[in-house]
Parts: sequence; structure tokens; C-alpha cells
Amino acid sequence: MKTIDHCFIPRAFSWSFVFCFSLLLGLSLSMPAHAESAEEKGLRIARDADARDHGFGNYTARQTMVLRNKHGQESHRKIRVKILEVPEDGDKSLFVFDNPRDVQGTAFLVHAHKEGPDDQWLYLPALKRVKRISSSNRSGSFMGSEFAYEDMTAQDVDKFTYQYLRDEPCGDLTCFVVERVPTDKDSGYRRQLVWYDQNELRPQQIQFHDRKNAHMKTLTFEGYAQYLDRFWRANVMTMVNHITGKSTTMTWTDYQFQTNLSNRDFTKTGLKRVR
Amino acid sequence: MSRCNVLHIAPVALLISGVVLGGEARAEDDIYFDFSGYVSIENRWFPQTNLYKDQSRHATGFVFEPEFYFEDAEGWSFTLVPFLRYDSADSRRTHADIREAYFLLFGELGDDEWELRIGVDRVFWGVIESNHLVDIINQVDLIEHPDQEVELGQLMAHATWSGEWGVAELFVLPHHRERTFPGRDGRLRSGLIVDEDHPTYESSAEQWHTDFALRYSHNFGPFDIGVSMFDGTSREPTLIPRLEPGGFILVPHYEKIRQFGLDAQMTLETWLFKLEAIRRSGAKNLSLEEDDYAAFVVGTEYTFYSVFDSPADFGVIWEWNYDERGEDATTIFDDDLFFAIRYALNDLHDTAFFFSMMQDREHSTNVLFLEFNRRLTDQWSMVVEGLHLLNSDEKDVQADPIRRDSFLELRLDYNF
Repeated sequence: MKTIDHCFIPRAFSWSFVFCFSLLLGLSLSMPAHAESAEEKGLRIARDADARDHGFGNYTARQTMVLRNKHGQESHRKIRVKILEVPEDGDKSLFVFDNPRDVQGTAFLVHAHKEGPDDQWLYLPALKRVKRISSSNRSGSFMGSEFAYEDMTAQDVDKFTYQYLRDEPCGDLTCFVVERVPTDKDSGYRRQLVWYDQNELRPQQIQFHDRKNAHMKTLTFEGYAQYLDRFWRANVMTMVNHITGKSTTMTWTDYQFQTNLSNRDFTKTGLKRVR
Repeated sequence: MSRCNVLHIAPVALLISGVVLGGEARAEDDIYFDFSGYVSIENRWFPQTNLYKDQSRHATGFVFEPEFYFEDAEGWSFTLVPFLRYDSADSRRTHADIREAYFLLFGELGDDEWELRIGVDRVFWGVIESNHLVDIINQVDLIEHPDQEVELGQLMAHATWSGEWGVAELFVLPHHRERTFPGRDGRLRSGLIVDEDHPTYESSAEQWHTDFALRYSHNFGPFDIGVSMFDGTSREPTLIPRLEPGGFILVPHYEKIRQFGLDAQMTLETWLFKLEAIRRSGAKNLSLEEDDYAAFVVGTEYTFYSVFDSPADFGVIWEWNYDERGEDATTIFDDDLFFAIRYALNDLHDTAFFFSMMQDREHSTNVLFLEFNRRLTDQWSMVVEGLHLLNSDEKDVQADPIRRDSFLELRLDYNF
């Protein structure tokens, strides 16, 4: 873009302004075909995918997680999820645990931020205590599952750098394969490869590479359904850990969009009221 | 979980059907019901011989604490949590309580929100692990555990008004609960028996003096801060010796006090910095003289995440308790350093270890505490606890009577 910078030096009513403007217009139209770098294309895909989910407002859903170790032993988790979209900042999320029974009523509140660390509180019902907790534990396991905390919260576009790699068939669809590198030093990943289907830019698969760049986990998305004729959500997400042989299947049910949730449900006072 | 909806049926029938039906659906105009809770079976062993006659080496017991929850379509709710404890060794530890029985209403107030809780409830304030200095609304159910973390239900009207500017709370507390103490047969007791049945009050209204409390709290950036004020009958009694035909006993006397409190935490990456401070007037010290005083706790907690290439977390906690009354302080936290480690495996079973050490800076007394938690199935979990007193100093009048009361506890919880 450096070469066209001079167009914006004020030259009112001059022909060169008109010339420059039409040149700029022509450039931007032809860019995707000719001048777009792999980085730009990767970012554009991520931004497009993100923009398609703007305006959902809020939603609630139920999650069932089945945790399996390499011997096939299973353990179950039931969680209710409430998400509030916050324009110009990160989303607010509330997770309420129903199962296992010893953590029933425990709730986890996250105020995500586009810049700076997220704010996180934990509500412990037995002590009626709200604890502010560190958000540096992004790479830690969420409830003993193969999902890390950073996999559970919104994947903000600005928290990665991107590179488009290739087009590739994915099931019946064709996918863009984009590499993204977390900018957060607390992330447990060196890089991630994301398969977005070209029809709706839904993530179909994510490969996670750990800090040593070993292919650590693969997340696959299945059973996409569309809500409010607009927002796509997967019903089943399966995370397989290739290093430990463990896996977690997360099933989503009872999606409800644009409920009467508001900011008030995502405060420390609201947290103590959670059921 | 027995989540179900039942149309317009009397509460008792609703209770029963809630247990039997246990559906998950929920519709408009229904009363929503939820039943949960736990049963615990507990064994405590005291390896050292008893200091006082009639004390046992072993105690078996159980706890039953169910929770009933009703909510109507408007979101208003009623919560009921009874509590029952049986103990084989100390008849006083066999006791029942209503932990919670309150109506909860809330709504909008322009951009702000209001909330009202009326009935018996529990309220916790504070950030520190070793001591709950600022926390004052509820009486301590001391007989449950010497760590003073278990509390009795408190009758109250609790109004909250909150907005972008923070949270303001008003508490009206019309009734006072007496602290529970171990009986003659119980371990972990003071040298003289506390006469629970004949407490005295400074207020002529005795336990029906109306107490008030105010609190303002807010969080911004890395800070969570609360300031509070309490005016009313103290939760902590002054223990006054009195000669009875059978010998000396301690009579609990509850003074009228005023307490200002401050609690604050700063959360910076993997560091937590904590502070609690109080200024209390109207209470008597250990020499039974009225003594206005200040006390504080400062502390830090640092967590190493994903240690040893595993999902485990390792936390290190350090806290310093200080009470300006020194030797005249009525708690064990007169000048004490607390050091603890927390090791959470973050595995399928949520296995966790906690080990702490409290060192008195004036006396040689050391209190060691160990806790191990592990979930066995979706419903069963186990807890192992150990408390050990080291190098007890006979001049440490708070700790000396329990110097032979080190114990090991095994608990099995069934959560439903």
C-alpha cells in the first residue's frame, strides 16, 4: 500500500487526485485475484468468518462433555452456557456446572477483552464465595477435559496472525486451510490450522500444535445447524489429544438465541444468583 | 438433578413429584423446582491421648444438607437448605440448623439493578485464605470445624443496588445467633467449658437487637475492592470465667460493636495480591478490658500453571495476620505467618492437595493442615484432612488447650 500513499496528500480539484482515486479503486477491486498476499487472504477469511457471527446478541445452550481416557473409561460433565455479545469488546460468558454433582452450582464468569487480559471469577456455592481468579491459565484444562480454557472462549480475530495455506476438500465441501498463530504469550499453542468451508466459512476442523510445534490435538465440528436463519452452530465438537490418547466429545443442545439476558446477568451479583 | 416443572400444585406435592419425575423441560407459567444436596459420612481419629477427662480418641458422624429450590416464571425464587449433623463423641456437635430459607427478588432500576433477599441466608465477604477477618454477617458454626469456615444461617433483609458504578448493599439483621462450641466430651475445645445455654448480651434486647451492615464493592481492571461497616451485636463472644458448683465455666458475653472493614485483591497475571483490614470498637480483649483495635492480613498467591508438562497447577500462598492487641488478642491470629501450597492435578477426578502451616511469630506454636480431595464417581467424592499442632507453647493461651488434639479425618460425600 506504500506506493499509493501520496494519493492522500491534499491536491483538491487536481486531475491527479481523480487519477489516483480511480487507480486506488481499480487496485482494491483487482486485489483478491492478483495482489493479495497469503497473510492478507488468511486475515480476510478469518474476518469474514467472524463478521458472519456479529449481531447474535446473546444465547444460552446446554453442553454435555464425555471425557475418555486411552483405556476407554468415560466421565461426564454437564454445563449450562450463557453468552452475551459485547460490541467493541470481547464477549461475556457464564458457565454453570450441573454435573459432576460435587461441583454442582459452581459457576465461572468470563469478561473477555480485545486488549489486555480477560477478567474471570469463580463462584463457589458451598462457601457462597466469589473468587477473582487469574486469567493467565489459558492453556489449562477446562474441567479435566481436552479443551483448554482458550478453546472455550471466543476466538477473537485480533488475538492471532494469519496465513492462508491452500484450498482442500473437506468431506463433501471445499475448505480454505488457514494457519493462525496466537499473539498471546500465555497460549499453549505455537500455531493452529483451521479448515473453513468455502460455503459458509464455518470451522470444520482445527489442528492444534503445541509450543514444541508437535501436532497435539485435533478438533472436529459436526452437525451444523443454522439459528435465526443466520448463525451457524455445531452440535458436536470432538477434541482428540494425539499425545495422550485422550478425547472429549462436547455435545450442544437447547440453543436459544436472543433471550432476555443482559449485562446484569454477567456481574458478580448476578453470579451469586446463578442456578 | 431433578429439574422439573409442575403446574400449580401445593409445595409438598411439588417436592415429591420433583424427586420422582426429574424432567428437564421448562415452560412459561410453571413453577420450577430443583432438589439437590449431599450426605457425608465422616470419621475423625485423634492419635494423641486426651488432655481432658471424657474426651474421645475417635468420632464418627454424618451430615445431611439437602437444598430445595422453587422459582416462578418471573424469576422470583425461594431456597431452603436445612442442615443436620450427628456426632458420636460430642453430643453438642449433634445439631441441626436452617442454613438458608430465603426469598429472592430482583429487577431493573433504569440502567441499574436491584435485588432483595429476605429470610435466612449466608453471606461471605473477603479474599484471604488463612482467616476471615472482614466477614461478619453470619455466626461461625465453630463446632463444625476449627477453621471457622462453616457458618450458621442468619435471619436478614438484604437489599442490593448495583450498576456501572459498583454494588451497594444494606443488611438489616434482627436476630443474633450464638456461636457453637464443643462440649465437655469434644476435642478441640478450650480448657474450661463454654456455657452455651446462658449467654449474656450488652444489649437489653439480648439476641433480638437489630444490627445493621453496609457494604460497597466494585471491580475495575485488575482490582476487586470492598468497604464495609457493621453496627450491632458482635459475632465473637468475650468468654468470661465464672465459678459454678461444679467448677469454673466460661460464659459467652456478646458486646455491641462497630466494625469498619476493607477487602481488596489485585489480580496481575499469575499473581494475586490480597488485603483485609478491620477497625473494631466496643469489644473486650483477653484481659476483659474494652479495647478498640485494628487488625489486618496481607498476602499473595502465585500459581505455576501446567507444571511438569502436565495439566496440573501449583500454587504458593503466603499471608501475614496481625492484630494490634498482641497478647491480648482474642483470636489466634495475633501475629502469625501463613504459608500454603496447593497442587491441583486437573485430572478427571479433580484430585487436589492443600498443605498449610501457620507459624506464630511470638510463640513456638505451629499449626499444620493437610487436605486431599478426589472425586470417585459422578456422585461420590472423598476428602482426607489432617490437623497437627507442633511445638505448642504453654504461654500461647489460644492454642495450648488443643495441643493434643491433632486429628486425621476421612470423609465420604454423596452428592445428589
